[in-house]
Amino acid sequence: MKKMFVLTLSLAALGLLVSPWLILRAPQESTMGLVQKIFYYHVPTAMVDFLTIYLCGIASVAFLVKRSPRADALAVASAELAVVFGACTLWTGSMWARKAWGVWWTWDVRLTTFALCEMVFIGYLLVRSYGGPGSRGLAAALALFGCADVPLIYVSVSIWRTMHPQTTVVPNLVKPMAVPFWVAVFTMLMLYLALLLARLLHERNRTRVDELYVAAAEAGLEE
Amino acid sequence: MLRLVGLVLWKDLVVEWRTREIVSTMLFFAVIVMLIFSFAFLSEGRASGDAVAGILWTAIAFSGTLGLSRAADRERDGDALRALLLSPAPRAALYLGKTAGIVIFMLATELVVAALSTVLFGAALSAHAAELSGLLLLGTIGYAAIGGLFSLMLGRARSRDVLLAVVLYPIIVPVIIAGSKGTSSLLESIPDLAAARYWIKFLAVFDIVFVTLALWAFEPLIVERG
Repeated sequence: MKKMFVLTLSLAALGLLVSPWLILRAPQESTMGLVQKIFYYHVPTAMVDFLTIYLCGIASVAFLVKRSPRADALAVASAELAVVFGACTLWTGSMWARKAWGVWWTWDVRLTTFALCEMVFIGYLLVRSYGGPGSRGLAAALALFGCADVPLIYVSVSIWRTMHPQTTVVPNLVKPMAVPFWVAVFTMLMLYLALLLARLLHERNRTRVDELYVAAAEAGLEE
Repeated sequence: MLRLVGLVLWKDLVVEWRTREIVSTMLFFAVIVMLIFSFAFLSEGRASGDAVAGILWTAIAFSGTLGLSRAADRERDGDALRALLLSPAPRAALYLGKTAGIVIFMLATELVVAALSTVLFGAALSAHAAELSGLLLLGTIGYAAIGGLFSLMLGRARSRDVLLAVVLYPIIVPVIIAGSKGTSSLLESIPDLAAARYWIKFLAVFDIVFVTLALWAFEPLIVERG
């Protein structure tokens, strides 16, 4: 796991060095100009956010079925990263909105529902912290329900009018824009994996310390 | 199975009939919420259709939390939930019985709140009673399906009332959006029945998804809690 962490962190660092250069060299979008370049980080953070949300949901189901501590560790790490990447997506989206639409926030359906997903996972962390006995299971149920809420985002977008650019933008990118975009996606993915592995390593070490503490107490070594 | 659901429901209804605690406090709170919102949204003695729908559904959501908390507290008193779990009844029957009880308490409150909306705001809610009933019933089922599960699971947490709102509101927002949008489409000068029916279908899908998930999750969750 440590080797994977070093590898993903190195690739993320390389991507963070290369992608700004590629984004600067990419052609400017004709109507939005320089502001459109926010897209190169905004969309990848949103994609990684959805990935971590679903990973949290799958790990939560695994925890509810098998009661596996590993699944629980993966779920909590994914939930923490869902909050981090969700906040990045909302922040970059807000900067885009300020320049494109003249406001920091608009009650566009996708923005609102994305903010709600963020609230679900903040709620997850609050339940983990203050939920008392059974909070791991309750948080897992919350993650599961949160994942079920995500498709409603897409349903609602297709039904309601929205100011948000449609999701058909990415498949139709011209090559000089597609290359920096997919490099940015790769960078965000590596950064996400590095952070996830770091959090899992931390959780593993914490569990070991707890076990050693219990073993020491049982052996009468504790003062 | 259905008989056991009915027994759990009957127990809750009998306790409520004797105390009248949940419905009366929910109703009082819902009316207070409506009055407070009316100060903000009334203009020249009338509120727009959007505002009436928003006030109605906000009052339902807020008062519903009160009912959920109290319904779960009853199961905590004397460790009644543990006693229910020790019975040979399927766990799904316990969950469905409790949820059905919450749905009935909420619907009783909503009936009065909807009538009050007609009187206080001059909203023509009775003109399309079938569509409004569909929205209220399906919205309440979705709300109670999730709220019933979370409130029972938070039974032992110190800050359970705060946490219930934290976990419940983000999840049930689609219910509130669908309910308020559907209701406001009924209150337009030319009612948009097609939009109201769309939101009824949306709520039906929401209910199917979340009742199924809650039924599946109840067993592993209650095992951990118990």
